[in-house]
Amino acid sequence: MTWREIQKDFPILNQRIGEHRLAYLDNAASSQVPQQVVDRLEEYLTREHSNVHRGVHALSQRATESFDQAREKVASFLNAPSSAQCIFTRGTTEGINLVAHGFGRKFLGKGDTIVVSALEHHANIVPWQMLGEERGVSLRVIPMNDRGELLLEELPDLLDDSVKLVCVNHVSNALGTINDVARVVELAHGRDIPVLIDGAQAVPHMKVDVQELGADFYAFSSHKMCGPTGVGVLYAKKKWLDRMNPFLGGGDMILSVTWEGTTFNEAPHKFEAGTPPIMAAIGLGAAIDYLEGIGLDAIGAREAELLAQATERILEVDGVRLYGTAEEKAGVLSFDVEGVHPHDIGTILDSQGVAIRAGHHCAQPVMNRLGIPATARASFAFYNDEEDIDQLIDGVRLVKEIFG
Amino acid sequence: MTNMRALYQEVILDHNRKPRNFGPLPEATCQATGDNPLCGDHYDIYAVVEDGVIQKVGFHGEGCAISKAAASMMTVRAKGKTVDEAREMIEEFRQMLTGRLDLSGEHSLGHLTVFEGVSQLPQRVKCAVLPWHALDAALRGEEVTSTEGEADVWTEE
Repeated sequence: MTWREIQKDFPILNQRIGEHRLAYLDNAASSQVPQQVVDRLEEYLTREHSNVHRGVHALSQRATESFDQAREKVASFLNAPSSAQCIFTRGTTEGINLVAHGFGRKFLGKGDTIVVSALEHHANIVPWQMLGEERGVSLRVIPMNDRGELLLEELPDLLDDSVKLVCVNHVSNALGTINDVARVVELAHGRDIPVLIDGAQAVPHMKVDVQELGADFYAFSSHKMCGPTGVGVLYAKKKWLDRMNPFLGGGDMILSVTWEGTTFNEAPHKFEAGTPPIMAAIGLGAAIDYLEGIGLDAIGAREAELLAQATERILEVDGVRLYGTAEEKAGVLSFDVEGVHPHDIGTILDSQGVAIRAGHHCAQPVMNRLGIPATARASFAFYNDEEDIDQLIDGVRLVKEIFG
Repeated sequence: MTNMRALYQEVILDHNRKPRNFGPLPEATCQATGDNPLCGDHYDIYAVVEDGVIQKVGFHGEGCAISKAAASMMTVRAKGKTVDEAREMIEEFRQMLTGRLDLSGEHSLGHLTVFEGVSQLPQRVKCAVLPWHALDAALRGEEVTSTEGEADVWTEE
């Protein structure tokens, strides 16, 4: 199968925005959904839809079977020891909040510290600040250099006895840096400190093995890996799931409820109150099949090729400045043009059919560290091509032309 | 698709490059901060009001060409207006950006009609409106305003 053929799996790409061909380069915000996943969702909605885990009828059994299979696919995708350790959430943000409530409020208290990195998305900052406010827990930050690489050599000094959790993203959404999370885990575990990894930007682009990484918690979202919105996964080690508090209370997460009290069900159900996002989870399962069909290694290599080309070509444009030039980088090109605000870049590129993101990318501390208010960000997926890059570069040249 | 040259007219680019009345106004009698939390645009708007007349308007902050030019041209246009006249102009500006102002009819916007093209780009309307919104808040005696929350009445119609 060629990349050209693979593009045909994404009918949404084959459209015009005004008079221009669509060049979709906002994949780090949300990826597109292949026909195979659309077909699976249609099959579910037209043949299987029902509530799970509680019906005795045929449709409920079908839905339950498909839903459970999706969880098995997730477990195999992450190489988790058991699918019971893969909790369906609404997305990465909810996964991290689940840990803040279930783990943080149970085990952390006054005087404790959480270490986060300078590259975090707000989703891996704000829940910890909220917990800190409530419990008297403070935050400590792993610094980064001007290229957007974490200074992990400084991590050992940050890890004293007060540190109860280390939270770091696998790949930076703002700059594309691939963090050496295995090293973070090694250093933290050396002091018996658990590690949470925000994998939202990693799982679509590389093979992730949670056992090899040794992560205590690993969270990601379906909609950044060719699945539908509304579902994500939190993987956690069994020892934590057994001891953590539930997050939301309600149906499905209990064994029995009386006026005297409630006995909680075991993981994953303990953390999945209410009717889960059945359709989206089944779609995520189909997206995993799709990505594994192409191969994560092949996907990573193709995206690296596109990033290298785009980087070289955009630097040929006078006045373009790149942010995030780490040695190890995923397909994210964060840039601006001297004298032009990124929003104006975004609007002009949009007028040429090029979809990028302009703003702080929910990573204001990263922007503050770099001393800029925002960047324009083009982010690549394996279904992008050289024509998309041509269009991006032409668009950036038009920005230069208009702003003189 | 909106023609980009119609949007980024020379007068807008000029005010973006060389913003007028830029910098804090220590003698301001009222001021307000305008924030767009979604994109990070941030402006402080200062006004000197005496006997119901706006003697001077200044601004300071950071944002895109549309918001910066809107702020700069606003400071020029609002000077010498009474508070009531300024409020009317703010309302007309808002109506223009939401496509509800008949530009062939009578209005007080003058050169500010160069921003009409922004009405074709819903996601940029907030940029142009932000400084106006902050001036309105300053004249009302409020200190902080935002393009989000209840302030959404500015762009929704």
